[in-house]
Amino acid sequence: MNLNMFMQHFINALGLGSLYGLIAIGYTMVYGILRLINFAHGDIFMLGAYFVFFSTIQYKLPWLAGLVIAIAGATFCGLLVDRIAYRPLRDAPRISALISAIGVSFFIENFSIVVFSGMPRPVVQPPSLMAAFSAGGVRLVPLNLMVPAISFVLVGALLWMVHRTKQGLAMRSISHDIETTRLMGVPVDRTIALTFALGSSLAAVAGIMWALRYPRVEPLMGVMPGFKAFIAAVFGGIGSIPGAMLGGLSLGFVEIMSVAFFPRASGYRDAFAFILLIVILLVKPTGLMGEKLEEKI
Amino acid sequence: MRKLFLAVLICLVTAASACAADDVVRIGFYNCLTGQNAFGGQLELEGVQLAMTEFPEILGKKVELVVVDNKSDKVESANAVTRLIENDKVCAIIGSYGSSLSIAGGEVAETAKVPMLTTSSTNPLVTQGKKYSFRACFIDPQQGAGAATYAYRTLGYKKAALLVDVANDYSVGLATFFKNSFTKLGGEIVSDMRYQSGDQDFTAQLTEIISKGPDVVLLPAYFAEGAVILKQARELGATFRFMGGDAMDNPEMVTLGGDAIDGFIYTGFAYAPDMPNMNPVAAKFTENWKKAYPNKDTNANAALGYDCYIMIMDAIQRAGSAEPEKIRDALEATKDLPTVTGITTLDADHNPQKDIGILEIKGGKKTFVGTVVPEI
Repeated sequence: MNLNMFMQHFINALGLGSLYGLIAIGYTMVYGILRLINFAHGDIFMLGAYFVFFSTIQYKLPWLAGLVIAIAGATFCGLLVDRIAYRPLRDAPRISALISAIGVSFFIENFSIVVFSGMPRPVVQPPSLMAAFSAGGVRLVPLNLMVPAISFVLVGALLWMVHRTKQGLAMRSISHDIETTRLMGVPVDRTIALTFALGSSLAAVAGIMWALRYPRVEPLMGVMPGFKAFIAAVFGGIGSIPGAMLGGLSLGFVEIMSVAFFPRASGYRDAFAFILLIVILLVKPTGLMGEKLEEKI
Repeated sequence: MRKLFLAVLICLVTAASACAADDVVRIGFYNCLTGQNAFGGQLELEGVQLAMTEFPEILGKKVELVVVDNKSDKVESANAVTRLIENDKVCAIIGSYGSSLSIAGGEVAETAKVPMLTTSSTNPLVTQGKKYSFRACFIDPQQGAGAATYAYRTLGYKKAALLVDVANDYSVGLATFFKNSFTKLGGEIVSDMRYQSGDQDFTAQLTEIISKGPDVVLLPAYFAEGAVILKQARELGATFRFMGGDAMDNPEMVTLGGDAIDGFIYTGFAYAPDMPNMNPVAAKFTENWKKAYPNKDTNANAALGYDCYIMIMDAIQRAGSAEPEKIRDALEATKDLPTVTGITTLDADHNPQKDIGILEIKGGKKTFVGTVVPEI
């Protein structure tokens, strides 16, 4: 393998990894404060992609409007899921909420198949994002650079919010102890809703960028990326936002580089990702940047 | 009283059908008329019906077609064949679109010893080891070899790469047959990449293939994945040709893939209304089709339905009888029969050795380029 080829793989991996990272943040935030794995997260990601598909391609709205609609729509769906499926189970045993999460996920997937039909639909990419150019023998389209850039900016903004604002303080406080936080006069349910809203809007952004990069939407498109992002969140240390991004990037690199360095094993690409999950759970159950927790699901 | 009435009724019905069996020849037809494959099944029925208007009689008897819907479902397929044999006492059966459906129906026909002729099921297992199952279309090994022959001989490509869906039997099979044939012809497989159904990122595999500089890449995928792969390949700067199999034959492919699809070549059944050098049977079929269905284009599935009917009529004629056992023997001996999709001769496994059609997407439209004789 020469340097050019390595750089091409590197760019591919960066793009894929940062998308995994963005989705993983949604898992990690909800887990961080509620100790709940929100299995519907991958489906919110899919809905985000569909919102942008319908608004820009079906109803011919400009891209910016499509973006706003997709983020708003996905955020609304995320809040709805929390309100209907999780909030009533806040005091129930953790396993009930987990089962509810799996149920919601299946519901959204099958509901989407009925409403949107199982047929994959094409997404038209804006030509300005797809104008290919070569940089030192590496083939690039602006989109490939935009995806990681947007991801990093969003993670930066999120970190600032969590560590520097009152809302962020409330979130961190809830993650330590819900009851005490409530006694301190913090609006717990509203803060949790905000967490879902933030996670869902990031999923929507990831969904939009995913639909641009892999230009097709279908009802089950969120399943595999959802699983992978979950692995990324666990790998980075579930509950940690920088950890989720780091985990996403690592997973992207593992997937792409496994094919790059072992072309013969290209069919085992997904297997590598899942082997990674098992190894982490065996060797370092808290992940790269995770803190020790007393309880786990 | 009620029981007696029922018994009388059953006697009358069976007597009537036994009576009818003497002066008509009953052919059964089961196919996907509703459900997810209804599109293909309907076309095949129209082809059979067209052939029937042209050849309404055999051995001085009227031909009657009994049509049953299998709802694109395996269990319904078995039920449909049971019904055709036990209720309607047909002497031969045509059907179905979809290999798994034909396999399910074929099992029943095998037990009842009634010959079944499938229209467009390309999986070798449909007829393999079966005494009463036959087919009118090519099988996947021929398709893979046809693609290899066309790539090597006609297009002059020497270096090929494969991008195979390891979770799909059809894809793995086609790639293997292509590989065998292409290397035997003297070509070289420079890269053998895999992915799994449902994957959405193919950049790693494509970058690897691009680095090996092949002339052509075989992509035996279904249309939805195939279109996305073609798009990603063009984004990464791939300039080589892509080829695929009949699973790519779907109008949606062009919608999904856009410009990236242009120049894509795939194998299919050797009939298209715009094909050059049409044989006389195909020319007649095209002409009669336009009279019968002025608002509909002719298509390969209807052509195969038409061919099935011709093959059965030919077998009955040669057997001189409409008994299932005799039709089976005659069908097995089908030789040099001119049909729409080429000259049909059945081999020991009841598969016809047919030319493979080559189609190309040009300017967003599928175009029939020609036919090729597969060299295994």
